[in-house]
Amino acid sequence: MGMISSSIARKFAMALSGLFLVFFLGQHFVINLTAVLDPDTFNSWSHFMGNNGLVQALLQPVLIFGVVFHFVMGFILELKNRGARVKSYAKYKGSANASWASRNMIISGLVILAFLCLHFYDFWFPEMIHKYVDALPLDPTRYYAETVHKFESPVRVGLYVIAFVLLAIHLWHGFASSFQSVGFNNKYSKALTKFAKVYSILIPLGFIFIALYLHLNQLPH
Amino acid sequence: MKLTLKIWRQANANAKGSMQTYPIDGIEGDMSFLEMMDVLNEQLINKGEEPVVFDHDCREGICGSCSLQINGEPHGPDRGVTTCQLHMRMFNDGDEIVIEPFRAKAFPVIKDLMVDRSAFDRIQQAGGYVSVNTSGNTIDANSTPIEKENADAAFEAATCIGCGACVAACKNASAMLFTSAKVSQYALLPQGQVEASTRVLNMVEQMDKEGFGNCTNTGACEVECPKGISLENIARMNREYMAAVSKG
Repeated sequence: MGMISSSIARKFAMALSGLFLVFFLGQHFVINLTAVLDPDTFNSWSHFMGNNGLVQALLQPVLIFGVVFHFVMGFILELKNRGARVKSYAKYKGSANASWASRNMIISGLVILAFLCLHFYDFWFPEMIHKYVDALPLDPTRYYAETVHKFESPVRVGLYVIAFVLLAIHLWHGFASSFQSVGFNNKYSKALTKFAKVYSILIPLGFIFIALYLHLNQLPH
Repeated sequence: MKLTLKIWRQANANAKGSMQTYPIDGIEGDMSFLEMMDVLNEQLINKGEEPVVFDHDCREGICGSCSLQINGEPHGPDRGVTTCQLHMRMFNDGDEIVIEPFRAKAFPVIKDLMVDRSAFDRIQQAGGYVSVNTSGNTIDANSTPIEKENADAAFEAATCIGCGACVAACKNASAMLFTSAKVSQYALLPQGQVEASTRVLNMVEQMDKEGFGNCTNTGACEVECPKGISLENIARMNREYMAAVSKG
């Protein structure tokens, strides 16, 4: 982090890591959607992602680095920004000139961080233990049943829904804002911002739909 | 119009300071906000009290001297105006008005509502100029062809009066709108190209040294700017900066 010391270099790095995570989110959504459309495809794609050498040895570490970098840099910038106004206003009308989403990225970010801890506890750690600690045999058909099992609990589904609402709020500002941070503000910006806003709503809504579908689908009819 | 003013009073830079309440009467809607402050100060002087110190100069919205955070917004609730152009008709009889100095670590309070904005001067001195030999051989500006679009954008950037409302409005107390306007007004013109890289690197370095926060693209600065300086300037500064860094 010390190498990236100037304010603009930091926001540039925040934007690039954010854009990378947005791209990953889209890819994750497409794979999850197959759990609704075709469980066999979900199993085979999950097996590929969990066992392909390139994905495991290269993409997974890059993704983890991207997530950690985005959070750590986010906290560093938040602390610096708080320090830039030592004495706060007696009256500050933030809503008069900026959206709630843009002013509270740290709150939505913290909820997403908490969600990621739950998500790792639910899926990543059991997967690592299955593969590398217990060294259980590879079973390309286990993923769908394991995923469905996780969504039995209404509490977990509720937490997922809350987290994705906050993710939508985070993306609502963050996705479009990243174009500005990398210096892209021209005649195409309006269309790109529209795309970013639609993406920010549709993808989290899609994740919520999948979680609710997997939960409701296993309730006794 | 009868009003209740809650004003930040601070004896000097090192004093603690606090909000004080002042009732005021006889305010007309056609008065400017600073004229209302003048009425208050007349009353305080007549009572033998210390008048409220605040920045002002031209009182026609072009010098950038007046400041004031009024009811939580720099230059008050109106748009595209400085405090000196803010009319009292924007308020209603019986209103309570909270008046504070622009708050930022880089804008320390000198006294009451007056803050030291010389951090902006130092950013400007770090590169906000074009080095030309003016000893008799200056080329007429109109002899250099410039695209209308760029000339207009450079002019719009140059309308920044350096009042500091962008810093005051920003939740991060970031000075990027100001700095980007001063970078853009030269980056868009052929005369500014020779020093383009060193200008943006030095100005951003100085901006960071002064202790301003980082931009998170909330857009509050653009909304509150009395001159309507566009966020496009910040994107341009980001481009200019990263291009200069990559050149080494």
